[in-house]
Amino acid sequence: MTSPAITPELIEQHVTPEEYGKIIEILGREPNFTELGIFSVMWSEHCSYKSSRVHLRRLPTAGERVIVPPGENAGVVDIGDDWCVAFKVESHNHPSFIEPFQGAATGVGGILRDVFTMGARPIAAMNSLRFGPLAPNEKGATTRKIANRNKSILKGVVEGIGFYGNCFGVPTVGGEVVFDEAYNLNPLVNAFALGLVRKDQIFFGKASGIGNPVLYVGAKTGRDGIHGATMASAEFDDEALEKRPTVQVGDPFLEKLLLEACLEAMRSGAIEGIQDMGAAGLTSSSVEMADRAGTGLELDLTLVPQRETGMTAYEMLLSESQERMLIVAKAGRERELVEIFNKWDLDAVVIGKVVEGNRLKVIHHGELMADLPVDKLTDEAPRYERPMEAPAYASVGRDERAAKWKARAQEARHGERDLLQVLETLLSSPDICSKHWVYEQYDHMVRTNTAILPGADAAVVRVKETRRAISMCLDGNGLYSAVDPLEGAKLTVSEAARNNVCVGATPIAVTNCLNFASPERPKIMWAFSQTIDGMKAACETFDTPVISGNVSFYNETDGDGVLPTPTIGMVGLLEDVRKLVTQGFKKKGDVIALLGTTNDDLSVSEYSQAVLGISTNELIEIGSVPALDLTLEKTVQETCLKLADEMLIASAHDCSDGGLAIAIAECCFSSLNNAPDGAALELSSNGLDPEAVLFSESPSRIVISFSPENADSVASVAEEMGCPFEVIGKVEGDDLKISIDGSEVLNAPVAALEMKWKHALESLLEA
Amino acid sequence: MKFGVLVFPGSNCDHDAYHVLSKHVGQPVDFIWHRQTDLSGYDAVIVPGGFSYGDYLRAGALARFSPVMKAVKEFAAEGKFVFGICNGFQILCEAGLLPGALMRNNNLHFVCKHVNLRVENNRTPYTDEITEAKVLSIPIAHADGNYVCDDETFQSLEENGQIVFRYCDENGEITADSNPNGSRSNIAGICNLDRNVLGMMPHPERACEELLGSNDGREIFRSLAGSIEALAA
Repeated sequence: MTSPAITPELIEQHVTPEEYGKIIEILGREPNFTELGIFSVMWSEHCSYKSSRVHLRRLPTAGERVIVPPGENAGVVDIGDDWCVAFKVESHNHPSFIEPFQGAATGVGGILRDVFTMGARPIAAMNSLRFGPLAPNEKGATTRKIANRNKSILKGVVEGIGFYGNCFGVPTVGGEVVFDEAYNLNPLVNAFALGLVRKDQIFFGKASGIGNPVLYVGAKTGRDGIHGATMASAEFDDEALEKRPTVQVGDPFLEKLLLEACLEAMRSGAIEGIQDMGAAGLTSSSVEMADRAGTGLELDLTLVPQRETGMTAYEMLLSESQERMLIVAKAGRERELVEIFNKWDLDAVVIGKVVEGNRLKVIHHGELMADLPVDKLTDEAPRYERPMEAPAYASVGRDERAAKWKARAQEARHGERDLLQVLETLLSSPDICSKHWVYEQYDHMVRTNTAILPGADAAVVRVKETRRAISMCLDGNGLYSAVDPLEGAKLTVSEAARNNVCVGATPIAVTNCLNFASPERPKIMWAFSQTIDGMKAACETFDTPVISGNVSFYNETDGDGVLPTPTIGMVGLLEDVRKLVTQGFKKKGDVIALLGTTNDDLSVSEYSQAVLGISTNELIEIGSVPALDLTLEKTVQETCLKLADEMLIASAHDCSDGGLAIAIAECCFSSLNNAPDGAALELSSNGLDPEAVLFSESPSRIVISFSPENADSVASVAEEMGCPFEVIGKVEGDDLKISIDGSEVLNAPVAALEMKWKHALESLLEA
Repeated sequence: MKFGVLVFPGSNCDHDAYHVLSKHVGQPVDFIWHRQTDLSGYDAVIVPGGFSYGDYLRAGALARFSPVMKAVKEFAAEGKFVFGICNGFQILCEAGLLPGALMRNNNLHFVCKHVNLRVENNRTPYTDEITEAKVLSIPIAHADGNYVCDDETFQSLEENGQIVFRYCDENGEITADSNPNGSRSNIAGICNLDRNVLGMMPHPERACEELLGSNDGREIFRSLAGSIEALAA
């Protein structure tokens, strides 16, 4: 079979003219078609991080617990007693827009493989999902047709996640679902997985040992997902849906077999190195493994198990067929590995060997199809210092914004203030309401470790082998980051840390997924750089290094991009699972208190959007993100941790989206084995409007409750820590009653509020 | 006393059953690979939950052809205990060890949540340490748990006390709202005529610790362990 000739059109489909010049310089000749394909995927944004690398290196990645920093398939941290956890979050945004079910499913599959490649058995998964609104908005861009499409994308994504995770047997224990018009044509699907591994049994993606055989294991290679990595490195236009063939098809059953076979093979001691074939399939796995070991590889594609006939070298190298792994075996022990994989009904075939030097040589039907220097495909990949420019709105100060927002809010608020109606609107807003419709479609209990059910501040899975438990959450806030990317990133990291603290866990490390529009636009690149700076400051404050992550650029369609959306996956450690804390009030008569202080942080809030109807675009111009003091945040968190550790509190709940009134309502709602409770609060205004008292989104606040006997001890811990602390009420009756400065502003039965909160999402989806 | 937990390709609640039997019931237990054909030495076999063969064709439809299933049938015929949970229940129906079939949930979704079960018959080896009509809190996690059977089968199930668990509300009332999947007559679990084979959709192995929200599943495993002991005595 003859390869196509290299024409200008063909070059343009693969790399930029400058990049092509660099290829010729590296090779000292023109590449052939197969080689051009290899360069194009290895140098794609998705694989090479060419626009983000110069910024990412500013992130803190070292720490006492860090065993494997970024650069491997997943990062690994020490949790004590010779056990470690491996975790990572990764985007599957582009495929999930084109084909929601398979896009989301293979996103889950990919992240699970990243984790078990390290030798870790996945014990928990989460997802951060962002969609356009489910109801039409006459004033905005969401027509009925678009709202209906958003619903079908959401349903497809949720079904795809469940399909994969449930069958694989990993509990999907948490995550977030958020809505904004900016995600109408660009949904975000970020998948997280965490696995457990013994410290001395961690595996790496290294092709070491000259002469060692290279094995291909798992599913057969087909033509699906060719150029998936390239597709994920470009913006969409109205022909996006024609890219469906670039989306891979997932088979969770095969992945489950692959997991069990890989873990068994790892125990055999016959494996030298192992890597998942994810984006850019066989190409990136072989190149990266050789690169990490400083070796060369010779592969014979004729030996690759194939499920289609007549595949070319180009197609096989670029295919993103799922559920495949590349293994470097210890010489002479390949037979043992083949037997283990065959036991699990999987293919395992020697397709090449590790050689001296630094070249990747690919042979097909006896012909040398590619001969490339490995390091040039990775280290020498282009790195861009893309131009950056702050948008005009970024220079508008807080005071000016506050005045503009106040005027706009005045105009939007007409007539009597009905605070109960506001509370109900917020409770049934899609961002705040219960997501049980989503998480009940996920098996969140398999493996019998799930100590806190989904819907809480953070998920908790205990580690059976120890007394410990791992907490985890995914948090993003595109709105905050759009208004102020620097502060937005700090707020997001702070909230993620606080969520872990609320279950009684000490935050230990972070993984991130940075979802942005085109890096070729200077304002986007500016927001990206600001995000990194904010994340660095906050991660240093909480001593939570970034150990893995992923950058997803080009989340835009026809020039409309997503909000800058850094998703933070924060993992925490509970030394003793018996000390875990949940958010619900436990007992009538318990005292309710607030750690932290409520300020006037109402402008960029759920209240502004869901109640006043101020759009995201307006808020970018006139809103101010809540003011954050990282030192205070740290104090509040440490206080909560101390209270949890001394077992002084009965509940703790992060006070964030929707403000104090929403947090209190959520503490009142029922949970497994806990009937709903009422609460009576007596708040002081401290000069704030009632709306601000109830719905301001000031950070660094945690609602706690405790038995009256512990009241003195709790207060003295708060004092000793220097933490703002105020008793605000008690658990009583069946109603939520709130008074401000002595006069009642709200009184409603909790059961009725809970019904509204619980059924809002399904009624939107079924409308 | 010795338990075996079957492992098919795609079983994923095998570790959970193993953990409960060894840790909370405190009995010796082995994993049994689906190609094994000898079950001698075991007193009870658990057919665990999961997605055997990826639920391809139909949940449980392929697992019933696994070599171990012939041995399981003989094992059951000898009066030994066979306990199918979730996918295990589906496999036992497909294999003809229990009557009826499990169809797609009536809302067409996978459903994972805690539900309430009423013990309909406490004169079985799996429930004889539980008070009759007691309400147990045990989670479900399935897409195909909608129990169906023809009228004749249903009548004989009723008459012979083979309906062991029904979905109910927290007060033990059998209501339409408490039926999570559309099962006929809220059926959550049934046994065979001889009562040594039980299948149930809910996961008692997920309800054996306070930490996980419920202890109620232990009562089922303890009843079974007691029955094995009684049989040996």
